[in-house]
Amino acid sequence: MLTKRIIPCLDIKDGRTVKGTNFVNLRDAGDPVELGAEYALQGADELVFLDITATVEERKTLIDLVRRVAHTINIPFCVGGGIGSVSDVSKLLNAGADKVSINSSAVRNPGLINELALEFGSQCIVVAIDTRYITLENGFQEHIVHTHGGRKPTELKTIEWAKEVEDRGAGEILLTSMDTDGTKAGFALELTAQISDNANIPIIASGGAGTMEHFYDVFTTGKADAGLAASIFHFKEIGIPELKYYLKGKGISMRI
Amino acid sequence: MYALERIGVAYELSDDANTIRSAERIIFPGVGEASTAMRSLRENGLDKLIPTLKQPFLGTCVGMQLLCKSSEENNTDCLGVFDVPVLKFPQIKGFKVPQTGWNDIYSYGCELTEGLAEHSYVYYNHGYYAPLCDYTVAKTEYMLEYSAMLQKDNFFAAQFHSEISGDVGQKIFENFLKIQ
Repeated sequence: MLTKRIIPCLDIKDGRTVKGTNFVNLRDAGDPVELGAEYALQGADELVFLDITATVEERKTLIDLVRRVAHTINIPFCVGGGIGSVSDVSKLLNAGADKVSINSSAVRNPGLINELALEFGSQCIVVAIDTRYITLENGFQEHIVHTHGGRKPTELKTIEWAKEVEDRGAGEILLTSMDTDGTKAGFALELTAQISDNANIPIIASGGAGTMEHFYDVFTTGKADAGLAASIFHFKEIGIPELKYYLKGKGISMRI
Repeated sequence: MYALERIGVAYELSDDANTIRSAERIIFPGVGEASTAMRSLRENGLDKLIPTLKQPFLGTCVGMQLLCKSSEENNTDCLGVFDVPVLKFPQIKGFKVPQTGWNDIYSYGCELTEGLAEHSYVYYNHGYYAPLCDYTVAKTEYMLEYSAMLQKDNFFAAQFHSEISGDVGQKIFENFLKIQ
């Protein structure tokens, strides 16, 4: 039976893993390859490496890092952050990444999704959507796509954008709720379920994981195909093995 | 490639008939779309060569589908090593296509799965499948039961991505490298 996936996310700066809460108090947390390998050993189903820097010099460091990850780790991994062109994607996939995730560049130029899907296949194109529930000028409240780490609102309604990225050839959606991100109060269940119900591609839910029960909720009520988290894994608040045993015990299909 | 480097095996990436004919063993990975892949095999004459090869041969993912008789993906005639058509997954509510993620394999019947626990998990990413047939040597299930692995003589094939299927995938490669 196809299992639900548990995905740790590693933030990368200058080729090193950084840990922090809400992007403050960033501190060095070691070699991403070692940390990724450790997560793989613990039973992570996939890894996401998110590059939170973007200068040219640092991109080269990222390519080297991707190559080292591919040499070491035998589970799928996705690389995101600052990817804006076919040539960016080509470099990362050639270096051994299994998937890439694009975000702001897809919002700026939605045709990029079609272009990448055609060139490399949908299976390796993940579109990341950062969303926030805001009050519009007309007084209505709406889930709206945000860019720039969730700071800048766009004109796009999240549910419509999710449908559009699928139609354009995205293979998966990484949905991060900026409302729940960092709160440890649970994933955005209602929105995740609504998007998953409308989509025929997998939804990776992100933002808000604080307890093991939150993962249970996002796989049941939230109808997510995968759950992603960063700090609770990095700070060892929840161990991946105990999380997977807990979920399996509650009847969620897990690879153990 | 990286999977082979991880277990320290020398390899060469090639589309040259002579190189392929003289290789000790061959891995035929595949991503992408069936008709485009078949066209490039025909351009290099590899469509005629591959079915005649005698050394251990492993096709994975689209590589497995190309070894079958045909694919519903753009109605493509394939290599015909395995006399079975590749079909498109049906549309069933609650099952997303392509299947993306880890699923189990069982009912083993070839050397590649030696030493694996029944119901080991491997990583899939595919929208087409080979039905159960005489060549099925491992089964899996998504919407319906179908072939996770096929074998006929020296030809082995796996629908999943063994190169990123953790220790299970690595074991399958190691077993393949032991075949004489």
